[in-house]
Amino acid sequence: MSTPATAEALPASPPAASRLRPHAWWRRLAALGESTPASVGVVIVLAWVALALLAPLIAPYPPNANDMAALAHTTPSRAHWLGTDQLGRDLFSRILWGARPVLIIAPLAVLGAAALGSLLGLVGGYYGRWTDLVITRACDIVLSFPVIILYMIILAHVGSSAWNIVGVLTLTKAPIIARIVRGMTLDLREREYVAAAKMRGESALYIMLVEILPNARGPLVVDMCLRTGYNVIIIGSLGFLGIGLPPPDPDWGGMVKDTYGMMMVWPHMALFPCAAISSLVVGFNLLAVGLRELGLRD
Amino acid sequence: MARFFAKHLLFLLFTLLVVSFLVFTLNEFSPGAVARKILGAYATQEQVDVLTKQMGLDRPVLVRYVEYLGGLASGDLGYSARFKLPVREVIFKHLANTVLLAAIAFACIVPLSTLLGVVAGMRESSRVDRVILMFSTVVASIPEFALGVFLASVFVVWLGWLPGTATLVAGGGWSVAAQLVLPVTVVVLFDSGYVVSMIRASMVEVMQRPYIRTAVLKGLPFRAVILRHALRNAMLTPITVIMLQINYLVAGVVVVETVFAYPGFGRMILEAALFKDIALIEAGALVAVFLAVLTNILGDIAYVLLDPRIRA
Repeated sequence: MSTPATAEALPASPPAASRLRPHAWWRRLAALGESTPASVGVVIVLAWVALALLAPLIAPYPPNANDMAALAHTTPSRAHWLGTDQLGRDLFSRILWGARPVLIIAPLAVLGAAALGSLLGLVGGYYGRWTDLVITRACDIVLSFPVIILYMIILAHVGSSAWNIVGVLTLTKAPIIARIVRGMTLDLREREYVAAAKMRGESALYIMLVEILPNARGPLVVDMCLRTGYNVIIIGSLGFLGIGLPPPDPDWGGMVKDTYGMMMVWPHMALFPCAAISSLVVGFNLLAVGLRELGLRD
Repeated sequence: MARFFAKHLLFLLFTLLVVSFLVFTLNEFSPGAVARKILGAYATQEQVDVLTKQMGLDRPVLVRYVEYLGGLASGDLGYSARFKLPVREVIFKHLANTVLLAAIAFACIVPLSTLLGVVAGMRESSRVDRVILMFSTVVASIPEFALGVFLASVFVVWLGWLPGTATLVAGGGWSVAAQLVLPVTVVVLFDSGYVVSMIRASMVEVMQRPYIRTAVLKGLPFRAVILRHALRNAMLTPITVIMLQINYLVAGVVVVETVFAYPGFGRMILEAALFKDIALIEAGALVAVFLAVLTNILGDIAYVLLDPRIRA
């Protein structure tokens, strides 16, 4: 239908133009400062990322080392700033090391869900008809399932590992992303620049990924931020239920599971990991609130 | 309306079928495990094989799936290996406990979040709005187990006002009512954080509509504008979200139940999953999905009832 010559003659499409601005995302990061929730959120999240990265340098003890002498006084002291747990392991060190798996698994699962969900949403919204019907119905079925029950059933069967958790989180979160992307694709596929790309003879995949997806990213970014926060909650909850990351390496939810039964005697053992996970999720969710505000403003 | 119901009913049945098949085949990843679980670690392989054969676990998956469906149709949910009771009895006992928790929580969540959401959304970016938005964001960010630990450390460990467990057996000087306070509070706080933000967002949108401006400009008192014009329209979108909370309240409160040792439905499934009590997992999953799809349908119906434009 069209020759390469006409494709070059056509003016650059809007998404192509936006890709030409090299420092756009730096400016956007600076714009976060305009919103108080967003800046507080960024500070909290970045602080945790820094603590997780520097854990080998900051943590006063190895995360799994037992200090038997400290068992006599497990409460916070000069030797153990946040005290120790029921096995004499330094809580401060374990909380620092425990930030690592969470900060790897939660964003990784969100990226996986975003990739799978965007693909499903794009294909469904772009092709429509029965393709759309099958994808929408499949997503509805996954969404109708109370996810925590799904996790329990799957993880109890296949065993719990970091990869399995990433897998179930990806599978259960993808339909939500797919729904958002599909809705936007239905609208975007009618735009002139998509028609222009079709005229140029671009492949369907190119149109979906290069013309449509970049224009659907606004709501996606806010949603991915919220998802990361929820994923942190779920990873913690799985650990708390005893189907999270396998011991003995520190995992915030698992640390609470092991010690909340001793709250009458040593409440600090459960309180500190709870404070850690809560602050991280608050960080992600404040960031999402701020991003939404900023998005509404312009 | 009849078509509406037929379509939804069909989807409900279809979903149940798909889920039951998925869960059934998932359980097949560990053949022999059931017999092993029943007999314990010290049984010989021969004993396990015999029991596997007796229970018919060595036959093809499809055959057993069809048999299972037949059993379901006649109301036979199987026998729980973990509780040594018919699945039906186990499920309904735990489900009743969870429904009690869910009903109290739901009765608190709806008025509380409607009030907060409407008050926050009617004047966007006002100080009240900022405070409520921050409150709901923070509360929804704290995992249920952390919320439970925080509340328990204050009211159980420090003040000693409430019991730390809710076993629903009056004992240790605590009534069942006192036992319910903390689990209900945790569920209400965690869940209403989310619902408040949904209602607030919807309210903010409604307040920008022309008919609200008209109502204000023709001199109606602000109170009347909110109650008569904004409220009903602002509840349209969140009503589906609110109905979805029933789903969370019944099947998703496993963490809260675990924190307070509450003998509920979620914890029963967790135990069944850890013990590989297949009959109980399957029936539990079906009940959970049934409730989920049912609340979805109820949400759709509520939407239609609130929005006369669709009723037709």
